[in-house]
Parts: sequence; C-alpha cells; structure tokens
Amino acid sequence: MTRRKVFGGVFLALVGLYFLLPLAAAIEFSLRDVGDTHSLEVWKTLFQQDGFVTNLLTSLKLALGTVALTLLIMVPTVTLIHLRMPQFRRTMEAICVLPLAIPAVVLANGVFVAFQGAPPWLNGTPVILCLEYVVLSLPFTYRALDAGLSAIPVVALVEASRTLGGGWATALLRVVVPNLRTAILNVSILAAALALGEFTLASLLLMDTLPVWTVSAGQSNGAVATAASMLILIVSWVLLLVMSVLSRRRSRTPRRSR
Amino acid sequence: MADRRRWADLAGLSPFLLYVAIFLGAPTVVLAVGAFRGPDGWTLENLHAAFTGVYGDAFVVSTELSLISAVISAVVGLAVAFVIAAAPEEGPLRQVVSTASGVLANFGGVPLAFAFIAAFGPVGMVTRWLSTNGVDISSFSLHLFDLSGLVVVYLYFQIPLMVLVILPALEGLRPQWVEAARSLGSSRWQYWRLVGGPLLFPPFAGALLLLFANSFASYATAAALTSGSIPLVPIQIGQVMSGNVAAGQENVGKALGLGAIVLVALAMGGYGWAQRKTTRWLR
Amino acid sequence: MTVLINEKAASISLTGITRSYGAVRAVDGLDLEIASGELISLLGPSGCGKTTALRIIAGLEQTDSGTVVVGGKDITRTPANKRDMSMVFQSYSLFPHLSAADNVAFGLRLRGVKPAVRRRRAIELLELVSLDHHADRYPSELSGGQQQRVALARALAVEPKVLLLDEPLSALDAKVRIQLRDEIRTLQRRLGITTVFVTHDQEEALSMSDRIAVMSNGRLEQCGSPAEIYSRPATPFVAEFIGSMNHVPGIADGATVTVSGSRLPLSVPGSGAVTVLIRPEAVRLTDDPNGNTTITTISFRGPVTRVIGRLDDGTPITADLPSVQAASFAEGGRVHVTYAEEPVLTKAAD
Repeated sequence: MTRRKVFGGVFLALVGLYFLLPLAAAIEFSLRDVGDTHSLEVWKTLFQQDGFVTNLLTSLKLALGTVALTLLIMVPTVTLIHLRMPQFRRTMEAICVLPLAIPAVVLANGVFVAFQGAPPWLNGTPVILCLEYVVLSLPFTYRALDAGLSAIPVVALVEASRTLGGGWATALLRVVVPNLRTAILNVSILAAALALGEFTLASLLLMDTLPVWTVSAGQSNGAVATAASMLILIVSWVLLLVMSVLSRRRSRTPRRSR
Repeated sequence: MADRRRWADLAGLSPFLLYVAIFLGAPTVVLAVGAFRGPDGWTLENLHAAFTGVYGDAFVVSTELSLISAVISAVVGLAVAFVIAAAPEEGPLRQVVSTASGVLANFGGVPLAFAFIAAFGPVGMVTRWLSTNGVDISSFSLHLFDLSGLVVVYLYFQIPLMVLVILPALEGLRPQWVEAARSLGSSRWQYWRLVGGPLLFPPFAGALLLLFANSFASYATAAALTSGSIPLVPIQIGQVMSGNVAAGQENVGKALGLGAIVLVALAMGGYGWAQRKTTRWLR
Repeated sequence: MTVLINEKAASISLTGITRSYGAVRAVDGLDLEIASGELISLLGPSGCGKTTALRIIAGLEQTDSGTVVVGGKDITRTPANKRDMSMVFQSYSLFPHLSAADNVAFGLRLRGVKPAVRRRRAIELLELVSLDHHADRYPSELSGGQQQRVALARALAVEPKVLLLDEPLSALDAKVRIQLRDEIRTLQRRLGITTVFVTHDQEEALSMSDRIAVMSNGRLEQCGSPAEIYSRPATPFVAEFIGSMNHVPGIADGATVTVSGSRLPLSVPGSGAVTVLIRPEAVRLTDDPNGNTTITTISFRGPVTRVIGRLDDGTPITADLPSVQAASFAEGGRVHVTYAEEPVLTKAAD
C-alpha cells in the first residue's frame, strides 16, 4: 500500500516536472538580458514593439465581439429550444458539435473559398474572424447553456413572468438571463479565451492578431515573442481559472444537499 | 392556431440556423464540392492526388503523429487519473490536478511552441543548464523541430485532455463492484480482467479516438514550432491555401480537407458512441 | 429443481472483534455465536458498527483484534476472496456490462465452470427468484427490486458457506421491500444457509430472523429470538429501539416499582425515583369517572386502536387496544390506567 503510494507520488512528480519545465523556461527566457543576467527589460519594451499594441487591441476587440455575438445568438436560441421545442434538443446538440469534426485549418480553407466574392468589410477585415470564432465556440457554448437551462425550471419561471404581465423580452432579460449567470459567464470566458489565442484561421486568412504577430516577431526576436505568448497565456489562464473556481463552487452546493 | 405557433417557434430558430448555414455550412459545402471539381468539370483527380504522392505521405505522417501521441497520452493520462482517483475527493491534490487539466487541455498553439523552444531549444533553459553540467542535448534540441519533438510537444495538451475525459469514468467504478467480485472469489487480477477492464474499455477507446482527432486536427502548434517543415495534413492544406503549389492544384487542398474531415468526424463519432455507452454503465 | 439444501452451511463464531477508525471504536469487543443454517440479524441505528462487523466477517475489513472462526476454521487473516462467503449489497452492485444470467454465473466463471453448465445453473437460480424470463436483460433494464433478486441469485450461485446481506432492502419501495423480505426468508429456510443480515429496520429484523443481535456504539446490547428481544429487552436501549415505549415516572424499591398506583415487578432491581418503560399494549384502560387519566385522542388503525391520554400528573400515555375493546371509550372521557403484570425496565428519572 505505502509502496504504491510512493510509486504514485514519484510518477506524479515526474509528470508535473514535464508540465512545469516549459512554463518556467518560457518565463526565464522572457527575462533574459545581455550576458547571463536577467531583467524585466523585454517586458518593458514589449509595448513599444512595432505593431504590438495595434494587434493587442485587435485581439481584444475580437474577443469582445465574439462574446457579444455568441451570447446574442445562442442565449435566445437555446432558451427557445428548452421552452418550446425540447424535442429538438438532440438535433441542436448534433449541429453544435459539428465544428469539432471540422479541423480549424479546413474551415479556414472553406471560408477562404466561400467568401472570396464577399464585400470587403466582411472578407478583408477581422470581422470574418469574429463571425467564425462564434462557430468554433459552438460546442462548449451549447453545452454550458444547455446545462444551465436544465438546472432551472425555465418553463415555470417564464410562465410566472408572463402571468405577471411581462412580455417575452422581459421574460428573457429579467428572468432567464439572471438565472443563467454562471452559464453565461462560462460561455463568455471560454469564447474570449478562444478568440485571444486563436492562430490557425487568423494566420491563414492573413489577418493581423496578437498570436499572428507573435509568431512573426519570433522570427527576429525570440525573447519578445516568448514574452508576448506568455502574456496571451496568462490572460487566458486567469480567465479559465476564474471559471473553474466559480463553477466548482456552484456545483458543490447541490451535491452536498443531495 | 397550433400550426401558427409551431411556425413561430421555427421562425425563432431561423437566425441561428441561418448563421450556422452561412458560416459553417457554406464553407464546408464549397470545400466538399470543390474537392470534386477540375478545370473540365467533375473529376476524381483531386482526391486521387490527395491520397498519393506527397499528400498521401502527409496522411501517413499525420496518422503516425496522431496515433503515437494519442497512445502515449492515453496511457500516461490513465496512470495519472488512477493515482488521482485514489486521493480523497475534496483533497488538494485532486482539485489541483483536475483544475490544471482543464486549463492545460486548452493550451496549444503559439504559446506552447514558444515555451518548448524556451526550454529545449538550442539556447533553451534546460539545454543550457544541462550543458553547463556536462550533458549535451543539442542533438535532441534539433529533434524538437521534427516529428519526435512534435510528439513530445503534443503530449502537453493531450495528457491533460485524457485526464479530463477518463477521470469521470474511473470515478464511476463503484467500490461495490470490487467488493462483490472479491466476495464471489475473485482475485484483484480477475477483477480487472472481468469487470474493471471491460467497463473501462469503451471510455478508454473513446478517449483514444478523441485524442487522435484532436492531434490530427491541430495546426497552430506545428505551424509555429516547425514553420511548416513537417508535412502534416493540416500543414499541407495551409501551404496549398497560401499558394505554395503549382497552378491547378488549389482543389487538391479541398480534397485534403475533405479527407481530414472524414477521418476526424469518424473518430469523433466513435468517441460520442463510447461516451453514450459509458454514461449508461457508469452513472 | 436441482438447486437445493446447502451442505456447506457453517457456523460462525466471533470472539473479541474490535475495529477502530482513528479514535472511534466502530466495533468494540464483539462476541457472537451463529449456528449453522441460522438467519441472524445485526440490528441497530446507523453508526452502531453492524455493517463493520459484517464486513469483518466477509473479510472486506480487517479486525484489529479478536478472531473469526467459520465452520471450526480460524479465517481471521484469510482474504475475502478465499472465504467462500458471498454478499448482497445495499444497491448497484450488479456488474453493469453483464446480463442478469452472466452476473449470476460470475462466481462460477471464477471457479472455471464451463459456459454451458454455468448458464444452466444461472437460469436455475434466476428461476428461484422468479426472474428466469429476464435472464438476458442488463441491470439498467431491471427495476431496483429485480436487481436485488439477481444479486441474491448471484450470491447463492457459488453455494457459499455463509450468506451476508448488507441492508439489501433499504433502497427499495415499501411494497417491494416487504415482498422481497418474505422471499429471502423462504429461500433461506429452504436452502438452510447460514445468513447474517444487517438492517436498521426493526420490523425487518423481527419478521425475518431466527435471532436478532441488537448493537449500539460498537457493542452487543442483546442477542435473542425476536419474541425475547421484543418482550424481554435486556437493556433500556433495546427496549426503546424496538417498538415504542411509554415513559412513566415511578418509585422503585428493590424488586418492585410503584407506577401510577400499580406495583410491577422489576427486571433489574433498583431504588428511588425512576422512569418506567411500558409498552403501549401493556397499558390497560377501564372506564372510571374517578380514574387517573383523561383521554385526548383516539385513532383507529384497523384491528388495533391507539388511545392517547394524559395522566393526572401530566405524563402522556399511549395504549394500543384491540379495536373491539376501544369502542367504549370517547375522547375527553375519564379512565383508570393500570399495567399488565410483566417485569419492566427503568431508566434514570428525567
């Protein structure tokens, strides 16, 4: 028994080392200065790098746009399915997991061909990225909203609101949305993290975003690129951590009461 | 009246359906159709080209990479999950590992590539530290940019994904089953052969398929790490898109894409089937 | 049917069984003799150590000290899979990937019985629990009661020396529970298999057992036939755990106690002010305007009617009377309370 415990501990430590080394190394690399010294020099100059701020802003706007559009389309749709057409839940789920079966690079190729003749505001700007990121995030968006709606008596809530004289819009905004807070937060965080770090579509559709800029900066200055990629990483990890802590806290309460 | 309500409901779904049709359906259909189009109308030339020669090799290399990384991650991930599942449910070890897995499974692409270069690249931290201690891994450093290196890098997001997928299955094994088997006269080995093994097989096989698909579809990590020097299917598709091919070959890219979709979709379908079986068994 | 009398049934003898978890003594010096072919219930509230005791017999837990002897052989250190016993759990213990028949045949498979033979055996056992028509169903396609029947058949298939039942009925609906309870008892009698049955449900224990061992805080309170346990409880704990009790103040002097003007023999001598424990069916009521009690509620329960009253000193008193007798009483009426002349137990006065 104890020998097995020791064995398991050593094994976990080795696996942990594999996961920690690249992170530690990336941080060390971004702190390197001339000779064998370390400093914050690279991080300080990061914001003065040519194109960094522009691309950072583009990526942030993309993230915001993706979150907004995802919520706008998905919250009413999934609510409607739960309220009035529960028989379509399976179909809806099937549609929403489709992007998992289509590699991003293939989607990029399809988008490139399909929208060749589209107006330039769509095809020539990151708007198209935003629209496609909504598609890429469908699988987890649907799962999170579906779980959130399954956990509340949505039909009763909406009927109560309607009998009290509220319209459909009131029911959605004042009753459904507040009860879906956690699910909506999860969806927002996942969509934002995806939009911040996505490289494949952006690069192949020749858009300038932070990850694309980072890779091209890497050709000339490894330390800067490493610092930029750590920044992307830290931001998205903080977002995901917040989500996992919040959803754990929420899921624990009902488990105890059972 | 009832009919009108029904139409109103369907109309409510139309924005979503339209959106998916335009931004997911259209690109896929255009691609699938394009795969069968040549200069003179319908043809199977593109598909033929996609599965022979350099492109055929790309399928072999991609399959090799995905298979190896999936198998290693599945085995290591299962072992990690076993150790974790033995720890107390509300204990810190379990919490940390499952949270970290959730975060790391989403970690791929550009940052991952740079982190590995920073660690094991020619001037990376580990490379330097080892060389000052008399160990020269510069030959390994160069391997970082070839297929074996890519396998090691892919493990970084594949192992956490495996832990995430298989841990619930392990937790679903009820202690009563071990005890019932024991009291009926079963040894530990017989339990795993007759009960535990068969129960874990579907989720394990499903996870293997998921990992395979996940690796097969990955583009960003390989592109950022190797700048396209390894001929993987996604890399080749990217090359064709960027115009790095002879004239008239554009549609071969579409055929490659179609091939990738079919493979990945099959793997994901298998995963979904295994998932359903697992939820019925291990509630 | 060929499945019959179990020739392997063995006696069990537990001596000084003790098991601690940290500072908590789950089982504390348990001694128990179980005869071959007997059905004994371990009864007690949750946390009394009954399940731990059962698991120690099964070998799923180790005892800190003491010995487990089965059929004259010391098996204290024998691993669970070599003990030749089998166990039925509270719920969900069927292997979900095997059909009912394959579940029943599992133990035979471990013993190297050929597929055709074990299949035939499995069907016979399923017949025994009236489920042969569901032989090829999977556990998820069976109801809770059916699953427990299959689990019972699976346990019996290996012809164990001892059958261990760990609250096998407590997850079931009331109706199914009573039905299955009677089936288990009938089957156990017919097979003559030594059976240890753990339960927290006194009614279950009273109706099924040859003997009941009442446990509390890891210790054995009393062991005896259901009638003994019910009518001659050895300790106040047993008295109060089984059935219901009136708590009436009284004055003890040596071998007798005076309670509400009656003198009753004491099971255990005592003196001074005490609380006397009296069963509702031992309370006698006579119509008497000058009596010592006012009736507050009468509730009809079929053959028995429960009459609740208040003694003049304020003590509530409950009497269960045959309904024919109770017909003469009315709510608000005055009665005189006396008690059946049986030895009673006392507790320290409240």
